[in-house]
Amino acid sequence: MKKLNIVLFSGILIVLLFGLGIYLYRTHQAKNYDFMARENASIFVREYSQTLGSDDAKVYLIKFSDPACETCSAFHPFVKKLMAVNPGKIKLVIRYAPFHNGADYFVKILEAAKKQGKYWETLDVMYRTQRHWASHHNPQPQLIWRFLPRAGLDIAKIRLDMTDPEIEKIIQQDLADAKALNVRKTPGFFVNGKPLISFGYQQLQHLIETEINEKY
Amino acid sequence: MTDLDQMSNTNWTVIFICWIIATVSTLGSLFFSEIMEFPPCALCWYQRIFMFPLVLIFLTGLFPVDKCIIKYALPLSLVGWGFAFYHYLLYSGFIPESIQPCSQGVSCSETYLDLFGFITIPMLSLISFSMIIVLLFILRRKLST
Repeated sequence: MKKLNIVLFSGILIVLLFGLGIYLYRTHQAKNYDFMARENASIFVREYSQTLGSDDAKVYLIKFSDPACETCSAFHPFVKKLMAVNPGKIKLVIRYAPFHNGADYFVKILEAAKKQGKYWETLDVMYRTQRHWASHHNPQPQLIWRFLPRAGLDIAKIRLDMTDPEIEKIIQQDLADAKALNVRKTPGFFVNGKPLISFGYQQLQHLIETEINEKY
Repeated sequence: MTDLDQMSNTNWTVIFICWIIATVSTLGSLFFSEIMEFPPCALCWYQRIFMFPLVLIFLTGLFPVDKCIIKYALPLSLVGWGFAFYHYLLYSGFIPESIQPCSQGVSCSETYLDLFGFITIPMLSLISFSMIIVLLFILRRKLST
């Protein structure tokens, strides 16, 4: 029985150390992000970044997303609902993390649509029709052209504008920032520089509400 | 305490240390993937396949001390060691990346962890498998004398 106790004790000790490791790592990360949010705010929001919501909003919701990512699409209406419930308090910032193979193609379309002032309309159409051209993580870029006219776009102009090398620079900058911020999955959320540690709808809502209560 | 008891105690301790190594390695690799969110590459997965079951094999072999444990644990450790060694060579650049087996997603040679400038994840894996193998050979020697 003495041996059994040794094993039990060691097992519990190792698990406790594991828990302590998680705690220490999370605290360290939180401090890191906090530092970056204060010292290097542009890593979260770049000049060119597409935003939605009032400039007076005190809660910045940064979303690292991929137009071909199914979870990003699922979160889109939820985020909009949160913004509608808290009018003027949340500012949404879209950053790109096109991790899916060939997904930068869709980012280029979005950025081209921005020049026509139809960014959000195009994003809506993309997310709504996503299952037709990005099903099962296998994006088929050519299929999206059928749906784009729904956003009221000048298609010929999109095809021309999306080849702009500036867009490629934007994608590279966003990917570099995503790497620096440890975003490895999409969507990657930050609320005023605080990362969404445990992923889910409720958790995101909680993080945003905590931040709203703090600022207002 | 008789000589026989003492012998059996040493055997138990050797298996116990193996269990500790396997448990720490398993939880460590879970810490890297689940907490620090480093995506495990293909080679990491193969090493995990051979490391994770060792935790249970060594644990069951402790009560009571099972002399057959070498028969079950050694093949797993040796194959796991093979993957770890290959991964280590790949990581440290002895084998060029162009012939690495994982094509999409995560690269097997991308460095995620670099403690004190020389401790890497494949190195930790190689150390764990090596220690377990050495301990199992020690155990086999003790049992055959």
